[in-house]
Amino acid sequence: MAYFLQQLINGLTLGSIYGLIAIGYTMVYGIIGMINFAHGDIFMIGAFISVITFLVLGALGITFVPLALVVVLLMAMIFTAIYGWSVERVAYRPLRGSFRLAPLISAIGVSIALQNAVQIAQGARVKPMEPVIAGGLTLFTDSNNFDVVISYLQIFIMVLTVVLMAGFTYVITRTSLGRQQRACEQDRTMAGLIGVNVDRTISTTFVMGAVLAAVAGLMVTLQYGVIDFYIGFLAGTKAFTAAVLGGIGSLPGAMLGGILIGLIEAFWSAYFTIEYKDVATFGILVLVLIFRPTGLLGKPEVEKV
Amino acid sequence: MLQVQGVHTFYGQIEALKGVDVTVNEGEIVTLIGSNGAGKTTLLMTVCGSPRAAKGKIIFEGEDITRLPTHELVTRGIAQSPEGRRVFPRMTIYENLQMGALRSDPRYFNDDLEMSFAMFPRLKERKDQRAGTLSGGEQQMLAIARALMARPRLLLLDEPSLGLAPLVVRGIFDAIKTINREKKMTVFLVEQNAFHALKLAHRGYVMVNGKITLAGSGAELLANPEIRAAYLEGGH
Ligand SMILES: Nc1ncnc2c1ncn2[C@@H]1O[C@H](COP(=O)(O)OP(=O)(O)O)[C@@H](O)[C@H]1O
Ligand SMILES: [Mg+2]
Repeated sequence: MAYFLQQLINGLTLGSIYGLIAIGYTMVYGIIGMINFAHGDIFMIGAFISVITFLVLGALGITFVPLALVVVLLMAMIFTAIYGWSVERVAYRPLRGSFRLAPLISAIGVSIALQNAVQIAQGARVKPMEPVIAGGLTLFTDSNNFDVVISYLQIFIMVLTVVLMAGFTYVITRTSLGRQQRACEQDRTMAGLIGVNVDRTISTTFVMGAVLAAVAGLMVTLQYGVIDFYIGFLAGTKAFTAAVLGGIGSLPGAMLGGILIGLIEAFWSAYFTIEYKDVATFGILVLVLIFRPTGLLGKPEVEKV
Repeated sequence: MLQVQGVHTFYGQIEALKGVDVTVNEGEIVTLIGSNGAGKTTLLMTVCGSPRAAKGKIIFEGEDITRLPTHELVTRGIAQSPEGRRVFPRMTIYENLQMGALRSDPRYFNDDLEMSFAMFPRLKERKDQRAGTLSGGEQQMLAIARALMARPRLLLLDEPSLGLAPLVVRGIFDAIKTINREKKMTVFLVEQNAFHALKLAHRGYVMVNGKITLAGSGAELLANPEIRAAYLEGGH
């Protein structure tokens, strides 16, 4: 039981991170019907900006953790926002209205370019970092002396995820910006006719996805302490899987998919073999798609012709 | 108020508008009739810049709006209830109306909402329902109401009667007349339902194959034997 609970905590933490990245995939897909393959790399850049900012802050002698975290978070968000905006502007917007595969190819190109740029600028070796948030709470100890521990970092990750999710849900469902995004998603031409600046709304969507990916990048940096230029690929693929599992285009679906994949990974590694955890994840994706092709929370109707 | 001057519009290689001239004066209801595929929808959409005119000019209130981005037209005072209604299906009726009012002064929102609900009481009953669950007639009402929420000076209506029961059509045409009279709103109406449209309109145009072939007052066109043969007899 204690072991189970511990895996549950670990899985939820990991799932939060996947979920945050998955939202970027699902939002962009919702609004322009395209998988932004560079999104995983935006996340990777968020992680690098986080490490670099931590190092700079350390060099400046700023060691007060809450302040450092806020500064790092802001820096990561600002830089990835700029990246997300530029990627859309340079690689996707000029191809809008072109044949369907064109932006996809462009996306893969951007992904490779971003990876190589970071590799050249930062080196191919992993970047290690000192733990920033240490310690944790022992929830209880069972009869076998097994401690169930939730680290402060895990609390930080989960609380931040819940706050961001609540904020995002509010923006999408209750604000004018959210309505404009949904309008573009449902009928872009009509959105233009009633006065929505469609290009700007699409840019904003990329930026919002990128900002969440930046937060996820910071979380991974804190959680694992090492990053390299390649982390975007695997995490991106997992998060993309999460978005498809939950139902691509659905925000709650992305979060649910992320959490599920986090849990599957944690439990599979704990009870079976860690080597096959990715196989398990993708296996479950295949199963879900066979029985529910639109994903768990996806909309069944076909809208795009 | 609106002058379309020698406008040509293409879809790829297909020339859908072949030099169209149309004028709509302030306060009028002008109707455009023509058979399926004539280019009526293309003309309304070209006025809104989507697709864009390849040649020719579109003047609104003395200003050239031919190259204006689509989303700026509503700020200038042009709103459209497009062909096929195009309500946002996964938004509620209330949200659809909010979207219509996106670029209008929020101070008027409540009054305009009341006006829309007074005109189409069905919408009020269902305001928290998703627009995709409405019947065709209700969606048409919503599309018109959404356009009205923009407080336009020129209202473009593309086949508001399409696929609706005669009683619903009557209601919608009455609403158009009221809007024109009481709100002093200029209306440019595209219809295949030529009889009702011409009876309602001050003036009308006939479009064939991307060109205007006839123009005149509503009564003149109604009396014209060619029009009777082509668009009225056997129809309504
Ligand atoms: N999106 C489009 N792509 C290509 N051709 C189109 C498109 N829309 C309309 N057309 C063509 O342009 C012509 C005019 O169509 P349209 O403006 O819809 O006519 P109407 O509204 O009078 O029925 C038709 O021949 C139609 O096939
Ligand atoms: Mg038409």
